[in-house]
Amino acid sequence: MSENQSQMTKQEHAGFPWKQVIGLFISLALTVLALWIAVGLSLPVHVTLTIIVGLAIFQAFIQLFMFMHVTEGTEPVHQIIGIIFGIYVAFAVVAGTLWILAYTI
Amino acid sequence: MTDSVLRLHERDKSSLPIEYSKEEGDLRIVGFWIFLAAELVLFGTLFGTYLVLQSHTAGGPTAKDLFEIGPVMAETIVLLVSSFTCGLSTIELRRHNTKGLIAWLIVTILLGLVFVGLEANEFYTYAVHEGATLSRSAFLSGFFVLLGTHGCHVSLGIVWIIGILLQLAKRGITPVTARKAFMVGLYWHFLDVVWIFIFTAVYLTGWVI
Amino acid sequence: MIDSIKSFMGWFFVTGDPMIYGADASIALVSIGIVAVLTYFKKWKWLWEEWLTTVDHKRIGIMYIIAALLMLFRGGIDALMMRAQLTLPNMHFLDAEHYNQVFTTHGTIMIIFVAMPFIFGLMNIAVPLQIGARDVAYPFLNALSFWFFFVGAMLFNLSFVIGGSPDAGWSSYAPYAGAELNPGVGQNYYLIGVQISGIGSLATGINFLVTILKMRAPGMTLFKMPMFTWSVLITSVIVVFAFPAFTVALALMTIDRLFGAHFFTIAAGGSPMLWANLFWFWGHPEVYIVLLPVFGIFSEVIATFAHKTLFGYAVMVWSMIAISVLSFITWLHHFFTMGNTAPVNAFFSISTMLIAIPTGVKIFNWLFTLNKGRIQFTTPMLWALAFIPNFTIGGVTGVMLAMAPADYQYHNSYFLVAHFHSTLIAGTVFGIFCGLHYWWPKMFGYLLDERKGKWSFWIFMISFNVCFMPMYFLGLMGMTRRMYTYPAGLGWTPINVVMTIGAVGMGVGFALMAWNIIWSAFYGKKDTTGDPWGGRTLEWVTASPAPEYNFAHIPEVSTRDAFTAMKEEKEKGLAKSSKPYEPIHMPNNTGIPVIMASFMFVAGFGFVFEWYWMGIPGLIGVIACMIARSFVYNDHHYISIDEIKRTEAATGRLS
Repeated sequence: MSENQSQMTKQEHAGFPWKQVIGLFISLALTVLALWIAVGLSLPVHVTLTIIVGLAIFQAFIQLFMFMHVTEGTEPVHQIIGIIFGIYVAFAVVAGTLWILAYTI
Repeated sequence: MTDSVLRLHERDKSSLPIEYSKEEGDLRIVGFWIFLAAELVLFGTLFGTYLVLQSHTAGGPTAKDLFEIGPVMAETIVLLVSSFTCGLSTIELRRHNTKGLIAWLIVTILLGLVFVGLEANEFYTYAVHEGATLSRSAFLSGFFVLLGTHGCHVSLGIVWIIGILLQLAKRGITPVTARKAFMVGLYWHFLDVVWIFIFTAVYLTGWVI
Repeated sequence: MIDSIKSFMGWFFVTGDPMIYGADASIALVSIGIVAVLTYFKKWKWLWEEWLTTVDHKRIGIMYIIAALLMLFRGGIDALMMRAQLTLPNMHFLDAEHYNQVFTTHGTIMIIFVAMPFIFGLMNIAVPLQIGARDVAYPFLNALSFWFFFVGAMLFNLSFVIGGSPDAGWSSYAPYAGAELNPGVGQNYYLIGVQISGIGSLATGINFLVTILKMRAPGMTLFKMPMFTWSVLITSVIVVFAFPAFTVALALMTIDRLFGAHFFTIAAGGSPMLWANLFWFWGHPEVYIVLLPVFGIFSEVIATFAHKTLFGYAVMVWSMIAISVLSFITWLHHFFTMGNTAPVNAFFSISTMLIAIPTGVKIFNWLFTLNKGRIQFTTPMLWALAFIPNFTIGGVTGVMLAMAPADYQYHNSYFLVAHFHSTLIAGTVFGIFCGLHYWWPKMFGYLLDERKGKWSFWIFMISFNVCFMPMYFLGLMGMTRRMYTYPAGLGWTPINVVMTIGAVGMGVGFALMAWNIIWSAFYGKKDTTGDPWGGRTLEWVTASPAPEYNFAHIPEVSTRDAFTAMKEEKEKGLAKSSKPYEPIHMPNNTGIPVIMASFMFVAGFGFVFEWYWMGIPGLIGVIACMIARSFVYNDHHYISIDEIKRTEAATGRLS
């Protein structure tokens, strides 16, 4: 892994920040796409919601890997497990709350 | 997760960027990641609350009544671009280019200020022109607190970056200032991630349902 | 003018009850006494330099434990007041409102201001020593955590004499806890006091997680860590991911009460059930936060005094990992009766039964560790042995409660109260007493007296059963929790009398332990070896009490039970030749944490009374302290080789 990292660092030392620019354009494209699906198309509500949530998750991972360098550090496994656990608990609280209180919505 | 994967290694740090070069920097960056993971749960709880209360408008204005595409897209694009400029600042940091780092951080906080201004204007419009205040309905309580928490995080981030800029101007890039600049970058990207979900779960969902 | 001052004072201070005036007087006297003693003996400087500004994990741990013992005293008095009120039917020792306040503060204090800080104290003392580290990952943050906990606890306790106590139960269910039905400042004290202390807890979670992951001695892989350290690692994970949900829940209710939002109100579309949901999303993991570390303590103590290595180490670790994952998907079992749909209740019923499995596995591991061991009945071992059967009863009744249809019968009866006291007293309280006796010599350099310790154990343990065993039956007979009195003729009276006798007995047991602490401070047996129990882990390698830098040389680890292995090597004459000392890098003391927490106290007090002129400057003070800290670059010093030599020579360990 450290070989990959030093390669990556070298790339960043030289020239144009391709990774960041590509990340930005993917983010903007995904945002506009989500907007178009939500407002421009008239798909059934649950289909629309599934697609836009999927796009949001995809975009979050772009930030995580292209901007946040989540795989760097002396032992990146620690922060990766931490983030995965955080996603698990955040999912539990959102999905659980919605499921439990569905009858009040 | 076997023994070999999580073994305590005396890893060669020379291949790693400057912010990891001191033991302390390494420790703090990991700790900050854990903090961000905790923040995921914090925002998750706010999202769950908002989504449960979204339909509880108590006869007041609904999401569809309030949200306008123009300002929302402006906020989104400004924040996405600020995340990009913040990413560029990290690249300048790795190049040991103090001036470039400071310049991109300044651009980032300027964009952050524009974002906070746009959001404040949005809140003002809702509250004053539409009568949609925090205490009007459960939906609006959820909306203002979720968005307000994110906005407070961005504002705090601006103050934090200013503090780091002062230290960078005085000391240049050292292992300590590098670690601080890297961490505030993580924080800023994280707030962008949260915004992506606000955009989806609050605004887009509001227009769809 | 005078009239308006009078009416303000009448509202500001709690009045009307002679017990409150007694408390006012005793608080004033104790405060004056402390100030007088410190001034007379010229100890202010010592207090500031050695304790208030310390970042040493061992001292922070001691401060946690002192604060937790004081809070345990207060929570215990609350418990005795409740038992006094309920001993006989139709009692009027407390009125309904006062009774509500007492059970609220009892629950909140025992969980948030006793169990957690006591455990954090033991973690602080033992974990860095067990992993062969010189301090935690972030010593400054560690001090800050303590002071946030401390001012949160003080703010909460202030409600007793200023403004009025909260009375909505420790779970503070909406809508009763909302502004409409519960005006006044009491509930604000709960929300803000617990919030401040919760920020400290979250920071502690991150701190210990990183400490354990990153600062272990060379050679100590994760699966060679002592079991207590493992339990703290898993606990830290749960703290980090459970507390943010509580932070949000408390903040939302605060916003409801202070700024008129509608999260949990009945009016304007609020959802009172949402509070229960969010509260228990934190509240259930919290149960494991206060239980897993004591499982770790018992594992250490049982292995030490059975003179055997822990049975089923890897299984023990994996069951804790399973608990950490499952603990986040069982929370609904606290409100099966709220009217949820059948699939929801079914899911959470099953997940709750699932989480009992890893816990059961651990019980068998302890039993097999004892099997064929040379068991030595010291005071800590007695607490550990008593834990196993008593806690198992609490666990089994927990599985009964986990069955959703049956829970409709048990819910909110004294059966439930008996269940969670069986787990929290036989688990957490026995565990912290066990850890206190076990690590006391490491903290202070002398042992607590064994004879008095055993007496306090037997009195407390038997009284616990006298108090809580009958309570199960009382619950099945129909008495519900939180009722402040009951009519005669229901057949509840004899059981209530027995329970009160048990409660008084527990008080006596605790008082005896307090006496033991005072007595042993003067006459306790000195621990000159650093290893009074024949310990198996690294905390016993160094002197008692451990020097500021913990280890002159960082130990090298090759197996589990690292110290046992070292002692065996030494016997075989394989001890390694000693290396020369090197200067040790240590963090500086700093006053910022205590000052920052004081600002937090001012801010908290302001927000409790909705005095924003006070609350906002307080918060600005907190932020100013954070900024000031950010500009501190010179925060470390070196301990010279001479000083290390002097310190090591003083304990007879110069190599």
